[in-house]
This record gives sequence, structure tokens and C-alpha cells, in this order.
Amino acid sequence: MYTQALNARDTEAGAVEDADRVAAFQARVDAEEKIEPNDWMPEGYRKTLVRQISQHAHSEIVGMLPEGNWISRAPTLKRKAALLAKVQDEGGHGLYLYSAAETLGVSREELTEQLLSGKAKYSSIFNYPTLTWADIGAIGWLVDGAAIMNQIPLCRCSFGPYSRAMIRVCKEESFHQRQGYELLLEMVRSSEEQKEMVQDALNRWWWPSLMMFGPSDTDSQHSAQSMAWKIKRFTNDELRQKFVDATVPQAHYLGLTIPDDKLSFNEATGHWEFGEIDWDEFMRVIAGNGPCNRERLAARKKAHADGAWVREAALAYSRKRADRREAARHAAE
Amino acid sequence: MTEKTTPLWEVFIRSRTGMAHRHCGSVHAADAEMALQAARDVYTRRGEGLSIWVVPSSEIIASDPAQKDELFEPTASKIYRHPTFYEIPEEVGNM
Repeated sequence: MYTQALNARDTEAGAVEDADRVAAFQARVDAEEKIEPNDWMPEGYRKTLVRQISQHAHSEIVGMLPEGNWISRAPTLKRKAALLAKVQDEGGHGLYLYSAAETLGVSREELTEQLLSGKAKYSSIFNYPTLTWADIGAIGWLVDGAAIMNQIPLCRCSFGPYSRAMIRVCKEESFHQRQGYELLLEMVRSSEEQKEMVQDALNRWWWPSLMMFGPSDTDSQHSAQSMAWKIKRFTNDELRQKFVDATVPQAHYLGLTIPDDKLSFNEATGHWEFGEIDWDEFMRVIAGNGPCNRERLAARKKAHADGAWVREAALAYSRKRADRREAARHAAE
Repeated sequence: MTEKTTPLWEVFIRSRTGMAHRHCGSVHAADAEMALQAARDVYTRRGEGLSIWVVPSSEIIASDPAQKDELFEPTASKIYRHPTFYEIPEEVGNM
């Protein structure tokens, strides 16, 4: 489960809002009151949330693809059952989040259309391929691990429906990370060859996982507004540092090497220092030119098109039954 | 695409602990039966409940947030509705 701070804030396009209402709204946020869908809110707050929550939802749905790819090839029944349950959870998380976004006045159909047309973004991490079984472990450990770092503070987000969805998601998420790490642990203990597969997976997933936290604070002037609105509680760089600090010792426990020759522990600060992220790669993937962007979108489009007859048939059936009930009622009168 | 939007349903679940049905979210579904099935898949993957209600969202009648003060503020001043308002000597014991 997966959010990414893309930090493309919507500007309030010339909207002049009542200063008193804006001040009263900010006072409620400052007092840690939850904002609910029918409460008055600044247009920028609404737009920022619609964008952030729907991107988060899209990420869950697209995130089912790289893992779903391995369900039929899981090495044991235990691993297959765990992977099926995890992928089903991701679908569920997407649905909680779409519901939260819809409370802000956008329809599910519009949100789906925004994803399929390429207008809406989703987390860049899912545009990387899952080449070996070790990638499934790496996703659980690193990608879900990074997502948890992002999502725990979102449980305290000022917008009630988003906060409640995040609480549900976080409760379910821990299993995702643990099953991934356990899977890798089993592999590194099995054979030298399998351990190499795990190292290879770490080499490929490490940097994209760090990119999940979004642009560096110095390049992200939008964080301030989201922090003031208490949508965000920590900056991108703060969360990224927490993730690195938590993850490096876990990698060492597996006997792996983090693919970063600048990585070193700073005794004075108690933090792991790491090298520069390849922001060109990040921008390239966000812009639609990662290894799997086209494939992911094509898979979502196909699924939507292939399901069209089911949606139509279900609605036609419900209309038919409603008409029959109506006719029966008339006949009885 | 000419499809009509799929109706929205509010989902209420009664947990194992004998509590009342509690609102837990919403689902889209063409009819009540499919709404129940979707609610089961989306909201009870870990034994969260023993009973589900689904209600068309359009049937929910909500109080107006703008009326919050006139509806709920008067109770704030009625402290005599709470047990701690009344002084009982300690010798009387727990009451």
C-alpha cells in the first residue's frame, strides 16, 4: 500500500475565499479537530485531498499488477495463499481510499477515467518489473515498508475519512511487510544462489523505494501548505530518513549489502547517511517513461474494458427487478 | 461510455463483541445483493463481523453541519445531567 508525495499542489485558481471562514477553518485544523465532508473547507484543501487520496487509491490498484504477476508461480501453497491475500488487501485498500475521495464530491467513474486516461498519477514504484520471486519479498519488505512510514502519520490527517481509511489500512499492512521479509530470510538461508537473487532484488528495488517519498524538501515548496493543513505531518526527507534508519539494519541481518557506496552511519546524529538519489530517473518514471508505465496502464484499460459487460449486465438486472417490483405494486393496487 | 453510475451503499457491521452495527465505509454495487457481497469482501477479510447491513447512501438523512451549534451546544451547559454534579459523602460508599 502505497502513497507517494508528488507535491504538485493545486493553486486556488483566482478563487477569493472569505477570510473569516478560512481563519475559522485553520483554527479548527490547529485545534486538531477532524474536518468532515460536509464542513466548509478551502477549495485548495479539497483539491489537494482529492488529488492525493485518488493517487493513493490508484497506487493500490496498479500495485496489484506487479505482484499479481507471481500468484500462479508462487513456490509453495503457503506463499501462494499469502500473496493472494496481500493482493486482495491492496484491492481493498484502493476501495477504502476511493470511497474517502468520493466524499469530497468526485465520482468513482471520474476517478477511474482519470487513471485510465493517464491524467492521474500513481506511485512511480509500480512501473518497475518483478523479474524473480525475490522481487515479491523485496516489495513486501521495502515497498510496503516505505508505504507504512508514509501512512502512519496519515492516520492523524485532518480530513476524517482519509484518516479513518488510513487507520484500517495500517492495521492490515503489517502482515504485508512481515511476509516479505520472512520470504527473503528463507531465501538467504537456503542457498548461495537464492541469496544472490535476493541481493539482486535489493539492488534493483532500493533506490526506487527511496524515491517513493517524493522530491527532496529543498525542491518541494508545496509541503508547507500541506503541513499547515495537517494533511502531512512530516516532510518527505524526514520520512525517507526514518525509512533508511529502520531498513539498513534489516538488510544487514539478511546478510545483504545496500547498493550505495556513500552509505555510512553517523555516530553523532544516530542516523544513516546515504548517497544522492537519481532524480532524473524519478522524473522520467513520473513522466510516464519508466520500464513498465505503458504495460501497467494497458493492463488497467484492458481490465476495465473487459469488465464493461459485467457492469452493464448488473445494472440492467437491477433495473429489470426494480421494474418488476413496480409492476407488481401497480397490479396489487 | 453510456453506463449509468453504479449506486453507492453505506456499510454497517456488527462486530463479534456484541456491539451495535457500526458504520465502517461504503461500496458501489448495482443492487442490494451485490452490495452485501462487496461489503463482505471489502470490510470483513479478517473476521471483523458477524452481521452486515447495507443501506442506499441516498436514503441517509443527515443533520446539517451548519446547525451544529443549535443542535448540540445546549447540552454543554447541562452539567446536572452527569453523575459527578451531585455531591455524595464518602462515608456513603460507592454510588
